[in-house]
Amino acid sequence: MKYIDEFRDKALARRLAETIAAEAHPGRDYRLMEFCGGHTHAIFRYGVQHLMPPNLRFIHGPGCPVCVLPMARIDHAIALATQHDVTLCTYGDLMRVPASERKSLLKAKAEGADIRMIYSTQDVLRIARENPDRQVVFFAIGFETTTPPTAVALKSARAEGLTNFSVFCNHVLTPSALQTILSTAGPDGVQLDGILGPSHVSTLIGSRPYRFVAEQFGVPVVIAGFEPLDVMQSALMLVRQLNEGRCEVENQYTRAVSEEGNRKAQALIDEVFRIRPEFEWRGLGFLPNSALALADAYADLDAEQRFPVEIAPAKEIKGCECPAILRGVKTPTDCKLFGKPCTPDNPMGSCMVSSEGACAAYWSYGRFRASSAQPQAASRL
Amino acid sequence: MCLAIPARITSIDVAADTAKVALGSVGKEISLALIEDAAVGDYVLIHVGYALNKISEEEAQRTLEMIAEMGLLEEEQELDPEPTSTVAGSGGQR
Ligand code: SF4
Repeated sequence: MKYIDEFRDKALARRLAETIAAEAHPGRDYRLMEFCGGHTHAIFRYGVQHLMPPNLRFIHGPGCPVCVLPMARIDHAIALATQHDVTLCTYGDLMRVPASERKSLLKAKAEGADIRMIYSTQDVLRIARENPDRQVVFFAIGFETTTPPTAVALKSARAEGLTNFSVFCNHVLTPSALQTILSTAGPDGVQLDGILGPSHVSTLIGSRPYRFVAEQFGVPVVIAGFEPLDVMQSALMLVRQLNEGRCEVENQYTRAVSEEGNRKAQALIDEVFRIRPEFEWRGLGFLPNSALALADAYADLDAEQRFPVEIAPAKEIKGCECPAILRGVKTPTDCKLFGKPCTPDNPMGSCMVSSEGACAAYWSYGRFRASSAQPQAASRL
Repeated sequence: MCLAIPARITSIDVAADTAKVALGSVGKEISLALIEDAAVGDYVLIHVGYALNKISEEEAQRTLEMIAEMGLLEEEQELDPEPTSTVAGSGGQR
């Protein structure tokens, strides 16, 4: 497919790899955090790590919305469906995420709750229109990429006067997660030399919001596309910045990201949402100004206000290392549950559920052995 | 779940603010509520049923050219005093 195949070209990938190997100084480390699960997925699927010199390492970041959602929010969603008998609609990725007491949305559905998997917020609106006697709640989750479609749905619901539609909002903001990772980086946290910035998030917010990373923390950023050549070119751009002592926000993904981003979508978000004073992230804790809630003008469509629930404090799975993995300080193979019993078919933690989670990527592409310094599999490029 | 995929607009329904796109050989209807001035033939990034942004053909070409050039540079660097032995696919440890 156009804009995909060209960016997976083998010959170009090998040449890029040779250039990176030639330019990376053997005497220094290049520890590059790929923020997004989409990058993690590409790095594993195409074996990009194996094309890199040994002193250039990718560190997996927290950019997987399913992975960073705290268990309490899944418990809350299940309580909405069971305590208020609403029709709960959500994206497929969330269905198998473990909740407290070994529950999940999928299990709650099997036990009779009305939980439906949807592809688009347009589907939720349709379900609400077709079932005027049911309360339909959209369990909204995602970074800036997935937020505007929720905003469109809220606006349409308001315009149509749909009274049986509401949103359980869990949208989170990328820059604040980066801020947390960087402010805890150092000897006790993760050690970082550069960041591969989000691509699809940035098509919406633009490249400007990352300036603080370079200015305040002295860490270079390259906004990187999700195809293997994009990731490799971005790694080379970071190597060059580091070699030349530059610290800038550069944009590799110029075919879809501009400095200012998508203004129409931004205006919509400003209208429909407000910033939450704080929100819990799995692994990162309660972060100030890190998530969105419905704006006052839309408060009547807020499922959290419309349907109060009672939930017990969340019970995390003992031994699951997702929190440390999401901060970049541990890798999946550090988890005793990895592979036995935790696999994508039987996920114990969120990082094993989404294909963008680090644990799922390690498992699915059989590269977990290579997390140490002993790459065994050859590149798939 | 932040993945968006490129698709070509094959027709537009102005009244509904929707478009049909071709995703490989599959057709799909998507919302145009988030973008402006979409035209038939444009490539857009699709995410959960919405077009997020247009893709610039010009910029895509420029990126590919830059990647090709970055690779070419390497061939002129054979005098690199410290050639790194780990090259494409060797995957070995030194
Ligand atoms: S392997 Fe499973 S239990 Fe261990 S950190 Fe990953 S998701 Fe959690």
